Parts: sequence; C-alpha cells; structure tokens
Amino acid sequence: MDRSDIAKLAELARIEIADSTVDEVAKSITDVLTLVDQLQAADTDGIAPMAHPLDATQRLRADVVTESNRREDFQALAPAAEQGLYLVPKVID
Amino acid sequence: MEWETVIGLEVHVQLATTTKIFSGASTAFGAEPNTQACAIDLAMPGTLPVPNEQAFRYAVMFGLAIDAEIGKRSVFERKNYFYPDLPKGYQTTQLESPIVGPGHVEIQLADGSTKSIRIHHAHLEEDAGKSLHEDFHGMSGIDLNRAGTPLIEIVSEPDMRSAEEAVAFARKLHSIVTSLGICDGEMSQGSMRFDVNISVRPKGTEEFGTRTETKNLNSFKFMEDCIALEVERQIDLIEDGGSVIQETRLYNGDTKVARSMRSKEEANDYRYFPCPDLLPVEIDDEFIEAVRQTLPELPDARQQRFVEQYKLSEYDAGILAADSATAHYFESTTEKCGDAKLAANWVMGEVSAHLNAEEKDITSSPVNTDMLAGLIARIKDNTISNKIAKQVFEDMWQGEGDADAIIEAKGLKQMSDTGELEKIVDEVIAANQAMLEDWLASEPDKRKKKMGGFMGPIMKATKGQANPGLVNQILAKKLNSML
Repeated sequence: MDRSDIAKLAELARIEIADSTVDEVAKSITDVLTLVDQLQAADTDGIAPMAHPLDATQRLRADVVTESNRREDFQALAPAAEQGLYLVPKVID
Repeated sequence: MEWETVIGLEVHVQLATTTKIFSGASTAFGAEPNTQACAIDLAMPGTLPVPNEQAFRYAVMFGLAIDAEIGKRSVFERKNYFYPDLPKGYQTTQLESPIVGPGHVEIQLADGSTKSIRIHHAHLEEDAGKSLHEDFHGMSGIDLNRAGTPLIEIVSEPDMRSAEEAVAFARKLHSIVTSLGICDGEMSQGSMRFDVNISVRPKGTEEFGTRTETKNLNSFKFMEDCIALEVERQIDLIEDGGSVIQETRLYNGDTKVARSMRSKEEANDYRYFPCPDLLPVEIDDEFIEAVRQTLPELPDARQQRFVEQYKLSEYDAGILAADSATAHYFESTTEKCGDAKLAANWVMGEVSAHLNAEEKDITSSPVNTDMLAGLIARIKDNTISNKIAKQVFEDMWQGEGDADAIIEAKGLKQMSDTGELEKIVDEVIAANQAMLEDWLASEPDKRKKKMGGFMGPIMKATKGQANPGLVNQILAKKLNSML
C-alpha cells in the first residue's frame, strides 16, 4: 500500500487521514494484507464461498405494517429539517 | 459505413408489497415526507433488517414467468457508496447469488417477427430515498419514504439491436409484471425505471463497441428518443475520428437533451461484500411450487387464447392481452354484448383514444363495460349506425347516461320506416337532377359507385339517422327503375 492507495481508500470511505499519519496507516494496512495473503495460500478448491459465519438461514417476516410514523422523534435528532424533509449540503449530480 | 446498434437494459421494478423489504414501514405512494421512514430505513444504530417474505414471493413469480432458474439460496450483499438519499452508506442488494437466474422474454416486432431476449439474472434490492434539489437556503431536502422499497432489478443480455426492440422488450416486461400483479406499473410514479446501455459497432463485426449507460428513464417514449439521440451521437463521434468514452449519462425527456453524468474512471468502487446483518435466504421446492400455483395467466398465453376463443388477429389479440385490465375490460364487454369483433374494435378504437387523450387508466374509464356493451347491442340490432354510435359514445363519456337513455333523449334512433325513407329518397333525387343525369349516362359497372353520391344528401336530410342498408336498397330500386 502506498500513499496514493491510502488516499483513494480514504476518499471512498469519506475518512480524513492526516498527512503526517499516512505512512503509518499504509504500514498497518499492509500488515493486515500480509496476513490475508497467508490465508489465501490455503487450498480452497471445491469449497463454496461462505456468505455468513453462522450456519443458519434467514427467517422472513410477513408483509404487514408494524411501524408507525415517528417523524418528529427522528427529526429532533437531525442537524436540520424543514417541511418534513431532512436538510443536507446541496446534492449535485 | 453501416453501423449496428447494441442495447442492453437494466430495469428497476418496484414490488407492490405493503411494506419495505427490510422493515415493517408502509410503502404507500404519496405520503407526507418521511412519515414512512422508520428507524431501520433511517439506519439508526442497533437496528437489524428482516426480509419481507412477499418480496421473495413476487421475485419468484417473475422468475417462473420468464422460465428462469430460481436461486434456492440467495445472499444479500452491501454495495457501498455515499449519497444523501442512502442513509446506511450502502445499498443492500444481491450480486453473486441472486434470487432469479438466467431466463428469457419473447418480444413481437411491428413486422410480425418475434425475437427472444435473454435475461442475465434478476436480483432483489432496496430502493433509495429521494433528493429534492430545491433550494432550502443552499441545502437539499431529503425524503426517505421510498428508502427500503423492494425492487427487483432485471438485467438483460445485450440482445437488442434497435430502439424498436428495446421498447418492445420494455413494454413486454411492463406487461408481465403488471399481469403478475407484482408491480403497479405506474411509470410516472417511478414504479418502473430503465437504465439503457448503448453501443455501436460496424455491421458484421463481433466485438462490442464502448458503451454508455443512460440512467433512470421512466417512459417508453423517452427511451425511444434517447436511444436515437445516443446512437447518432456515438456514430458521429467515431466517424469524426473520435471515440466513445464509457460513461453514465442523463437524458431529459422534456427538453430532449442528454448530458454526461460521470465517467467510469472516477466511477465508484462499490466494494461489495456479503451483508453480515442478513443470513443466506433458502427457498425450497415447496415454496416455489406454491408460488407456481398462484401464477395468473400471462400475456402470451392470453394472446393465444384470444386468437382461438374470439377469432381475433394475432395483432389485435396482442394489444388487448398486453395488460390485464384492458384484457378484462374487453372480455367483460364481449361477454355482455356477445360480439368479440365489435368489442375489440371499440376497445382499441374509441375507448383507448379517449383514455389516451385524457391520460386515464382503463379501470377509471367513464364508460364502463355495461355501457359499452349496451351501445354495441344497439349497433347490432340496427337501432343506430356506427356513425351515430360514435356520437352516443362521446355523450356517454361526458356522463350523459347509458346508450339507450341518450338515444331516446336525443332522438337518435335510426330511421327504418320504409315509407318515410322512400319519400326522402324521392325528394333527394328530384333535387339533384344533374347527379341523376350523370348516373343514368354512366357505364353499368360504374353505377354502383356513383350511387354513393346520393347518400350524402339523404343522410343530411335525415340527420344521419337513416338506416344505411335500407337506404341503399331503396335508392337502387328507384334509380334502376328510371333506366
């Protein structure tokens, strides 16, 4: 992992990484990837990929409304709301 | 150089469930903003999704309808990206193990030919909320009512070669999902949205050109216009020595202008991984068979039945069978009036013309099947002519009552009184001496056609109410006696 990989990952994750710590973060992540490399050396031919660590299947729910309108409670927590809408910095395509 | 267009579609279909895919919040359209966005939809900490069984049932119905293999073990994954209408920071979707595997859809083209379009797969996922880009002091407003609405995304193979084929395919999917009752098909409300992948290549070559993707089209007309525009743009680019860039584009159907949204280089790296909040969903044969038992008649089967049962042409049957509401209206009218051919003509003619003009749905037609059947009955028993019937239909549409009431109130009953008609025919002949001379002097084989000249004045004299068959008989008899 070099500095540009870290910059790209930070951008994708919307995380700010101070310039002074980039080298340290790069080394930490490289250590983790080295461990992953070791795992990847294991022979997994013929083994189906695991979707979940629990050996169980998903329960489904009936299509029935169970939630009521709690907009006032939720919007009390939001930084800004107006006319029932949550306000966020202007969205540009 | 001759170019070939290559088109593939990704179609988002909102499922007609009562609640969201992962929460028990309502999906009803048109509610006040954020009144149907619960803690799960808002990604509040500590919440866990529980999938909606009905969404799986609907997805399986679609899979069976397109003859696809059903994914008996499907897995939800996280597609990570940041956008304000996506509170979790990822969309829960399916990638490696979707609920519906490869299938196919048959389309019919205007020249009568058919073509099979392959479906790559269809997967279940959640819809996002809506950003309102109106200016709230330099900020955007977010409504999350739509967040978590269940979708199936249907991904086709790049099997279409023209806008006509793409639109036929889109219409067919619309027809299938509405006939199944798994989607309300309201395109103006975003219930079905189309992403169109377009590329061009020199005709006869195998290799695909670079494609662009135009997102979020919500009308068949916009799709057709947008494809024509994009194909022309790509060909012009290449012929001018340039090359197509792989990018996402937006098309504005009202202004007919398309623009680039983002190019794939800076495109999102979605970092998919299996969602740890959801276990794999397993569906057994019993579930699939139970769903199969509930499958309604599909458009193709209905079309064939209409051809056989009502002796309609393939084309007419195709139009009437395409959506279940129209099919039901046609069959109900036919049953009540006993004449499939007339019922078909009226439904495809006056009824659909009036519905289109007023952008109404057939289920809210002011003329119901009882009224239409009543009108057809009066044409069949010669009470009124076809021409008068159109006038009566217009009055029924305006809410003036049923056919019998309108015919009675306006005195539109056809004149079938022979004595009275003979008198009028005599008068018209006497008043049109030049026409009579001309008729008497014409070649015998032209006389029948020329006799038509008298019909106008006769119909005028009877305000269009003369029984045309009877007038013809009387007129022929009188004229021939003068030879």
